[in-house]
Amino acid sequence: MASRKKIQRIRMLAFGFVALVGAVVLVALTFDDTIAFFKSPSEIVAAPPPPEQLLRIGGLVAEGSLVRGEGETVSFDVTDGAATVRVSFTGVLPDLFREGQGVIAEGRMQGGTFAAQEVLAKHDENYIPREVADALKEQGHWQEDAGTGGGS
Amino acid sequence: MIVELGHFALTLALAVALFQAAVPLYGAGRGWVDWMRAAAPAALVQFLLVGIAFAALTHAFVTSDFSLRIVYENSHSLKPALYKFTGTWGNHEGSMLLWVLILALFGGLVAAFGRRLPLGLKARTLSVQAMIAVAFLAFTIFTSNPFERLPQIPLNGRDLNPLLQDIGLAIHPPFLYLGYVGLSMAFSFAVAALIEGRVDATWARWVRPWTLAAWVALTFGIALGSYWAYYELGWGGWWFWDPVENASFMPWLLATALLHSAIVVEKRSSLKVWTILLAILAFSLSLIGTFLVRSGVITSVHAFANDPDRGVFILGILGVAIIGSLTLFAIRAPAMRSEGVFQPVSREAALVFNNLVLAVACAVVFVGTLGPLFREFIDGEKISVGAPFYELAFTPFMVILLLALPVGAMLAWKRASLGAVLARLWWAGAAALAIGGAVWALQEGGALLAPVGIALAAWLILGALTELWERGGFARTGFGGGLRRLAGLPRADWGKWIAHAGLALSAMGIAALTAWETEDIRLAKPGDRIPIGPYVLEFAGVESLPLGAPFAIGQCGNEGERAFKGTEARNFRTEMGRFRLMDGDTQVALMCPEKRDYPVQRMPTTEAAIDSTLARDVYVVLGDRQTDGESWAVRSYHKPLAAWIWLGCLVMGAGGLMSLSDRRFRVGTVAGRPRGKAVAAE
Repeated sequence: MASRKKIQRIRMLAFGFVALVGAVVLVALTFDDTIAFFKSPSEIVAAPPPPEQLLRIGGLVAEGSLVRGEGETVSFDVTDGAATVRVSFTGVLPDLFREGQGVIAEGRMQGGTFAAQEVLAKHDENYIPREVADALKEQGHWQEDAGTGGGS
Repeated sequence: MIVELGHFALTLALAVALFQAAVPLYGAGRGWVDWMRAAAPAALVQFLLVGIAFAALTHAFVTSDFSLRIVYENSHSLKPALYKFTGTWGNHEGSMLLWVLILALFGGLVAAFGRRLPLGLKARTLSVQAMIAVAFLAFTIFTSNPFERLPQIPLNGRDLNPLLQDIGLAIHPPFLYLGYVGLSMAFSFAVAALIEGRVDATWARWVRPWTLAAWVALTFGIALGSYWAYYELGWGGWWFWDPVENASFMPWLLATALLHSAIVVEKRSSLKVWTILLAILAFSLSLIGTFLVRSGVITSVHAFANDPDRGVFILGILGVAIIGSLTLFAIRAPAMRSEGVFQPVSREAALVFNNLVLAVACAVVFVGTLGPLFREFIDGEKISVGAPFYELAFTPFMVILLLALPVGAMLAWKRASLGAVLARLWWAGAAALAIGGAVWALQEGGALLAPVGIALAAWLILGALTELWERGGFARTGFGGGLRRLAGLPRADWGKWIAHAGLALSAMGIAALTAWETEDIRLAKPGDRIPIGPYVLEFAGVESLPLGAPFAIGQCGNEGERAFKGTEARNFRTEMGRFRLMDGDTQVALMCPEKRDYPVQRMPTTEAAIDSTLARDVYVVLGDRQTDGESWAVRSYHKPLAAWIWLGCLVMGAGGLMSLSDRRFRVGTVAGRPRGKAVAAE
């Protein structure tokens, strides 16, 4: 009996091992192609990323930079104080998208502009995305009182 | 006064929990019956005290007592009454109090209904439950005190986040917490069993109903949250693989595995060690979820506050609970003997397969959720992991699971023949393939996602029907006899079939929606016609409604809201679009998406208009008014079979409830009863 139990246990362990290896391989194969790196406008200007790389950029929407183009395409500047990147986006902007406010855009660099697939604004008046706050802090444009409110 | 009473009750609850954690455990070690007996009354008193505290906080919210800091910060005297009530848990402190309340509720339920539970096991279980309560009561009282007063009483509050002013919020967190925190029961039973050094069928019979109850609540909670995101956030999506969503999904995956492995412990006295480990890990993931959501490590709609002290405190609880229980597991588990031996093709093996796939899928979600945190910790690189990762790395496991499910469900215990089961199921497989092929032909080729998803759903449902057919013995006893036999089958069996069918329906909805959804974004002027799917949306115009206008105007507005708010005044301004959904020349529905502005929080929100039937949803969102003053950005979607995603979850949960009502689980009545035909055959 004991040996049958041992065989059963070895079988289960072997099977579990195979399942785990399968998962690790799957994760390793997909992880790098599907994740998005977060960059600040300064980092993008300093080292322009290749056009195939999926990125998130974050910063403040520069005052007076929002241009509504033909149809539903809009473009605006995202700045961290030191550098500015032009972003173009086709679609409906989120509720809390405003000039002078924090924003995150996900997409790819195409030529000199950032073609966004998705634009995320903050959830409420007090909240600034953590990545944006960090990017602004690095450039010394962070006002402590602006970020103290609770995110929602 | 009532507030002070609540505060006092909460502090007293902490003292009772300390007593409940120490005395019964020590008594159980010494064999002192009186000390062990103290556990049950202590658990009931603890529940009563936390209940008083919660009632006091609710009272403060309903009466708009702005001398309380959290009422001031999260409520407003003009807020609709329903949201004053639900606002109690629409903030960090209140939601922690709800967490503790549900924890105490489960302890109280075990105390009240566990009369036949062996005294030692009961004492130790309640003691472990009380240790968790001590940690979270201390967390609530010392870092997140809901009863903190303001030195000066403000005239009015700052109002609740408008996104949370919704009927979905009223029921989503309580259900989610019932599930999340309910898993603490399985954890407490597991740790108690490790301390006792004994796991047997009786233990499994006790753990399963609690896990099942938690699982049902978690299923409903996740489905509600997903549906809330679908209609309230206005992005048209229903699942975003957001870390906070994953935080509830990971415990769900492991709880599902635990439900299935506990069956093996109960029936075959095998897989004991694994089941204990699953119970510990499932609740650990609940704790990790609480940490992710409540610490502000991850920003989302759920993270109310970013106070580093709180994060460190929860991390401490997390560390002690996980490291402590796993250490105990490492010491005690090797002594546990599994008796049942089974062949590689058997029901046990199939359930092991189910467990492995679910656990590995959970590990994938774990990597995707916590990977970015680790990555930033290691080299400072900030990354985000989104839907594409999960679609590639998670979905394959679900497909494998669905493929294997009908076969595994029909294998016999101990030793089975794969060939025989496949011979009974071949028609189901053939029919599912035919349905998939027909769907593929109907959509005129193209992507295989929808045909495969629908074929898998058909495979699951036809597999369950095959089992029904055989168990009813329709072939031998005729139709009437078969129905009578089916009606006499244990409810646990029915629960299994219903839950599996629910899974199939959800899978069908997900596949069809993902594959066939069509989207249209454009600038439209009143009078424009927007084709969407087989319909045309006629843009009739936009109406501005001021603050204070009654909720119920004409045929427009969110139906749920109108039902709950009736003639109450609006606490927001709104621009309400009017769209006629036309099928040829007939009007199918009037749809009124809104752009709202909540003045107290200075926050605009989007209210999508959804026309939902079993066959499809039409979803319309009103965007910004353009600078020309007359055209608007309009987004519209045609979403085939969307409703089935959530209906499937409801069916799954209903299956769980059906199983929970099985007489076997009328707690404790089973031990020693002769095993007759009522023994279920999952």
